[in-house]
Amino acid sequence: MSHYHPHTQADTSAMLTALGLDDTDALFADIPQSVLRKAPLSLPDGLGQMETLAAMEALADQNIRYRLTLRGAGCYDHFIPPLVSQLAGKEEFVTAYTPYQAEISQGILQAIFEYQSLICALTGMDASNAGMYDGASAAAEAAVMCRERNRTVTLVSECAHPDTLAVMRTYAYGTGHEVRVVPAKDGHTDLAALQTMLTDDVASLYIQQPNFFGILEDVPALFAAAKANGVKCILGANPMTLALMPSGADVGADIVCGDVQPFGIPMAYGGPSAGYLAATAAMLRKLPGRIAGQTTDAQGRRAFVLTLQAREQHIRREKATSNICTNQAHCALIAAAYLTYLGARGLQAVAERCLTHAHAFAQMLCQIDGVTMRHQGEFFHEFVTDLPVAPHRVQAALEAEGILSGLPLAGGMLWCVTEKASLAQLQRATALVKEACAQ
Amino acid sequence: MNEPMLLSIEKSVAGRGSNVIPAPETAAYALPDAFRRKDAPVLPQLAETDVDRHYTALAQRTYGVNCGFYPLGSCTMKYNPAVNEAAAKLPGFTGAHPLAPAHAVQGCHAVMDELAAALCEIAGMDAFTLQPAAGAQGEFFGMLCVKKFHEARGESRRVKMLVPDSAHGTNPASAAIAGFTVVSVPSRADGLVDTQALQALLDDTVAGMMMTNPNTLGLFEKDILAISRMVHKAGGLMYYDGANLNAILGQARPGDMGFDVTHFNLHKTFSTPHGGGGPGSGPVGVKQSLVPYLPTVASLGQPEGLQLKAFSGNFAVLVRALAYLKTLGKESLGDVAAHAVLNANYLMKRLTDAGFTPAIAAPCMHEFVLTLASLKESHGVSALDVAKTLIDYGIHPPTMYFPLIVHEALMFEPTETETRETLDHVADVMIRVLAQAKQNPDAMHTAPHHAVIGRPDDVKAARTPVLHW
Repeated sequence: MSHYHPHTQADTSAMLTALGLDDTDALFADIPQSVLRKAPLSLPDGLGQMETLAAMEALADQNIRYRLTLRGAGCYDHFIPPLVSQLAGKEEFVTAYTPYQAEISQGILQAIFEYQSLICALTGMDASNAGMYDGASAAAEAAVMCRERNRTVTLVSECAHPDTLAVMRTYAYGTGHEVRVVPAKDGHTDLAALQTMLTDDVASLYIQQPNFFGILEDVPALFAAAKANGVKCILGANPMTLALMPSGADVGADIVCGDVQPFGIPMAYGGPSAGYLAATAAMLRKLPGRIAGQTTDAQGRRAFVLTLQAREQHIRREKATSNICTNQAHCALIAAAYLTYLGARGLQAVAERCLTHAHAFAQMLCQIDGVTMRHQGEFFHEFVTDLPVAPHRVQAALEAEGILSGLPLAGGMLWCVTEKASLAQLQRATALVKEACAQ
Repeated sequence: MNEPMLLSIEKSVAGRGSNVIPAPETAAYALPDAFRRKDAPVLPQLAETDVDRHYTALAQRTYGVNCGFYPLGSCTMKYNPAVNEAAAKLPGFTGAHPLAPAHAVQGCHAVMDELAAALCEIAGMDAFTLQPAAGAQGEFFGMLCVKKFHEARGESRRVKMLVPDSAHGTNPASAAIAGFTVVSVPSRADGLVDTQALQALLDDTVAGMMMTNPNTLGLFEKDILAISRMVHKAGGLMYYDGANLNAILGQARPGDMGFDVTHFNLHKTFSTPHGGGGPGSGPVGVKQSLVPYLPTVASLGQPEGLQLKAFSGNFAVLVRALAYLKTLGKESLGDVAAHAVLNANYLMKRLTDAGFTPAIAAPCMHEFVLTLASLKESHGVSALDVAKTLIDYGIHPPTMYFPLIVHEALMFEPTETETRETLDHVADVMIRVLAQAKQNPDAMHTAPHHAVIGRPDDVKAARTPVLHW
């Protein structure tokens, strides 16, 4: 049994005496007797820290540790530079809270300001907030930003991540708004179908790039159709692709959002990561959440503060359109440190290696009898193949050699290749898939 | 250290950088031009040493719990145990893919099951979801649960959510974005919910009531059992905002007070770090009647229900909270609240003896609120002036101007992990500050004088927003 309160028996006694109390029970005099617990909760006995860590290690050991991960679908196994982990682990960053007191929080405020700047550079947007919970909730709040009195419906491509769609539906359920799904055709958002859905009540269109199946959508065409009907355009982009691919501004987005998990944040069973949310200047005042801004102090020195707070829940209360308060600031800081360390050249190197190795792997897989690409079209580092055998057999064959396969889909598999996969590893994985398919 | 600090982009030199990732092992894939951006994004180009020093300098200009006393009221800035950090960094956890086959992530499932069971016991609830990413998201989910509950019973007319006027700003905001009409419940002069006013608001359109207990004045709502009965009788559900759970941890349970749904903040009560503003975690506990509405995860193939974020929650935060609970165990858990409340009362007593005025002259729970209205009146020194002066003494200011029902409010939450010596030091500093306020108030209007910047111009920041380089 350990604890973290520092009081000795003498401390406690002296403090109680100062308060004129006999014992600590007297501190809870306002709690009704029928509610006050007379006995400890039914929980295990406490452990020494050495035992705690051993117990946690035993739990961690129940997970399989793969040598290679070929699964993505919204969570990506990229290389995390040790410097990034080391810097992010600095205790001041870890243990501080929201920088309400600017004078002793300049470091964290500048880190947020730099994060916003990096997101603007990648997305081509005019303004970024300090971060959201994750990519899915960022998409949901992006949809909220676009609603107007007579335009309230959100269109979401069927090719979006299923979690993103479910989260967008949940947020829309809260306010009683409608989400309509634009159907997919051959792994792409169906442009012809979209054109029939752009009615006067539609506020926004959400397109994920690359989409859930890894396919690169013709975003400019989809957004042009939306814009011609007065519909706002939300791009949900894997930010890693923005190293190479057109920015949100290039394709006509009003809002760009997504998840910064690929930027130095461990998979950690899906969280925490952070959502990014950036918009054009016209939509700035509708951005939810915290925003850091630059100003000066009385002596004219550069200073950073949380700004435009009139948008936020603690001011607007029941008139708020978002309730976000604590976000995922530390994850945003990790992403900023990652981008600052790699720079544009380093980031392009990661993206190019993902792109190239993924295409090499796709080509190798498709030389196996019965393995074919499910969709026609360009992709970045994820793609779907059909398989001649049940996907779980392929999964098991790869797992036997410490490889996490792609994500099983009906009759196929959604593969992901990051820069961590060497060509030799991909060749070995191909051989294993081939064996599994031959059985 | 007080030298102005450049932005990373201002330190950038073309051509600098680190080669972290090797080139592709085959000929580069030629992505068609339509999918290539014309200009590379402009990111800093820095040597590795410079990146290291840049972030080290940023850390040095940041005040964390590791730096000193951080009594930010309602935020529970307790010590963040190192052993929890070590547990969260175990490769078996950090490397787990959220969509890995179930047999490969049994350790993650065990962490979540064990934590959820412990939270049920602590809350007096029947089931917990660990999906919400933060307290506010937990509140939002809790509100959606209440909405689903009434809808399923054909009582969609219940649109009113009662929220005390002392509530955190997230409460009314969460109720509003869940589609409820927020109705404010006044507090009495003693700082507690006005039960007569509440009775007058109860009718068959009430969906529920959100409460923080102890409330934001640090007072336990003594009438809680009567309040729960009244709201239940009117057909409403009771929501417990767990922001102040630290005050009663192991001593009393929301479920035993009549609450039907509750969120906890793992980054407050359960010692997980605040990260400069997150990630937190806001698990939600419910009574049996609300179990059908617990969130699902679409990507795991579950039938679609409510879902708040991708995958299963802020898992690494859950690991830390479980490590905390394992270390404390049932015996030490109740000591947390006892020492948190002891520390708060001790500090309040010392400050009251020194001439400060508590907003409510009564024993507090884990936090208390001072009102500096009379000091403002007599010497022109505001809560802001006092807060900023504390910075010069190396102390993080308490929460300012909250709750809204107290004029010139300063809300102190010392937490249980501070020593008596620290509390005595802080009290001594406050005594000096009070003397200064009476003798030389003008200097306090421009405090702090020894931080890396003086008071920033907030108006300028909002009028002419500069939000990126």
